[in-house]
Amino acid sequence: MAAEHTVKAYDEELDRMNNAILEMGGIVEQQLAASIAALVRRDDELASRVITEDRRVDALEAEIDHLAVRILALRQPVAVDLRVITASLKVASDLERMGDYAANVAKRSIAIQEIDPIRLTHAISRMAGVAQGMIKDVLDSFRDRDVDRAMAVWRRDEDVDESYNSLFRELLTYMMEDPRRITPCAHLLFIAKNIERIGDHATNIAETVSYVVTGTPVEEERPKGDVTSFHQADGETEAPAS
Amino acid sequence: MTEDSDAMVSLTMEDDAAPAAAGSAADTDAAPRMRMRARDVNVFYADKQALFDVDIDLALNKVTALIGPSGCGKSTFLRCLNRMNDIIDICRVTGSITLDDRDIYGRDIDVVQLRARVGMVFQKPNPFPKSIYENVAYGPRIHGLARKGRELDEVVEQSLRRAGLFDEVSDRLQQPGTSLSGGQQQRLCIARAIAISPEVILMDEPCSALDPIATAKVEELIDELRQHYTIAIVTHNMQQAARVSQFTAFFHLGELVEFEATEQIFTNPHDQRTQDYITGRFG
Repeated sequence: MAAEHTVKAYDEELDRMNNAILEMGGIVEQQLAASIAALVRRDDELASRVITEDRRVDALEAEIDHLAVRILALRQPVAVDLRVITASLKVASDLERMGDYAANVAKRSIAIQEIDPIRLTHAISRMAGVAQGMIKDVLDSFRDRDVDRAMAVWRRDEDVDESYNSLFRELLTYMMEDPRRITPCAHLLFIAKNIERIGDHATNIAETVSYVVTGTPVEEERPKGDVTSFHQADGETEAPAS
Repeated sequence: MTEDSDAMVSLTMEDDAAPAAAGSAADTDAAPRMRMRARDVNVFYADKQALFDVDIDLALNKVTALIGPSGCGKSTFLRCLNRMNDIIDICRVTGSITLDDRDIYGRDIDVVQLRARVGMVFQKPNPFPKSIYENVAYGPRIHGLARKGRELDEVVEQSLRRAGLFDEVSDRLQQPGTSLSGGQQQRLCIARAIAISPEVILMDEPCSALDPIATAKVEELIDELRQHYTIAIVTHNMQQAARVSQFTAFFHLGELVEFEATEQIFTNPHDQRTQDYITGRFG
């Protein structure tokens, strides 16, 4: 980052906001890991803890909003400082959504407690591992103002989307084979979708980091994502011509 | 007065060089026409060089802000634009500055006429020790722009109106200009400057002696005035530059570091020195 401000309190305020974001990101990363662990291990207690912990994520978002508004009002930031502040608001809101998704995974893991374990949780666990790595790396790129690292995360979202696409197909097959599996599979499908959305928000953050550093939005088109919305309702799994 | 300036506009129709600050300007036209052009301007005070190869265009009906730390040369540059530096014996100016494509340092230029076309408003309001009416009427009378009587009354009223002051002083035009508040005095000086139908108005820290309300009124006035005039303003207040200008030039140590659309300067400046200055990081 650039040299220090002449007014030291300004740097302290920016540091506080920065640290709040990194703390929030760290918690979200743990929340996702814990929710997946709860799912794989069928750990009801851990899942409940994830659900209550989401409040901490929400509280940090409120704190970041407050700090950002305060700096805007008192310091009239411009140029890179202004970009950092608008970026922080966006990143906090992305992280808050990611936290919600992790909590939702935890809720659904409780809902499928009673039902036969399905081997698919391993595929979900692998997919969540990629998403978790994205969260970690994108936060590091935010901390270090590292565009290359941010854009590497941005490209990696494709992996998560592909995992989601194959899970979607598999889950459909399971449901067709045995209607008793529809309920747990529907939950698993939502869980996979939540993780896929977490990857999208990590991608948003990567774009925000790029904007902070370069001052211009990412021009490139996002890598091709989730194609499941093109699947036809009759169970055909080939993407249509359109 | 508008007919006069329209005639001047037609002279600038053929722009040969690309405008220095066009392109990235969001709030600005694709290619604003230039009222004044400065090229390779160097200024020396005796042996000490105060400005180095400055190129700036002042776009028609736009406000150009000159910012930078004290001693950076921004006021020196402003004063080149109506040859105020001529008053200083040891000051030497090289390079070219044109007004509607005519060199203002050319031999055929009458400096008094030039300063009528390129008016100036200073940091501290400096009304003449005369009535409000006389402060505004003085210029048009000595320049022979209006005779006595109703014609002059009209010029005074119109100038005071344009300066946003008429309604506040219409019932006491014969009172001394110095009896007004600081903000009113500054608007009186602006009325005085525009009474002689200038094309360009130079403002050197016009709000630094004013309170925030008076400042806001002058800023609003600047925005209205640009419909009719081309304006260059020197300011230490960066928020003011951001609020009132369409183009911003950042000076440092006598060098023009960056000259861009104001929005670009304040969201994503190219030069690290500009960034450090406007974000408050200057050592």
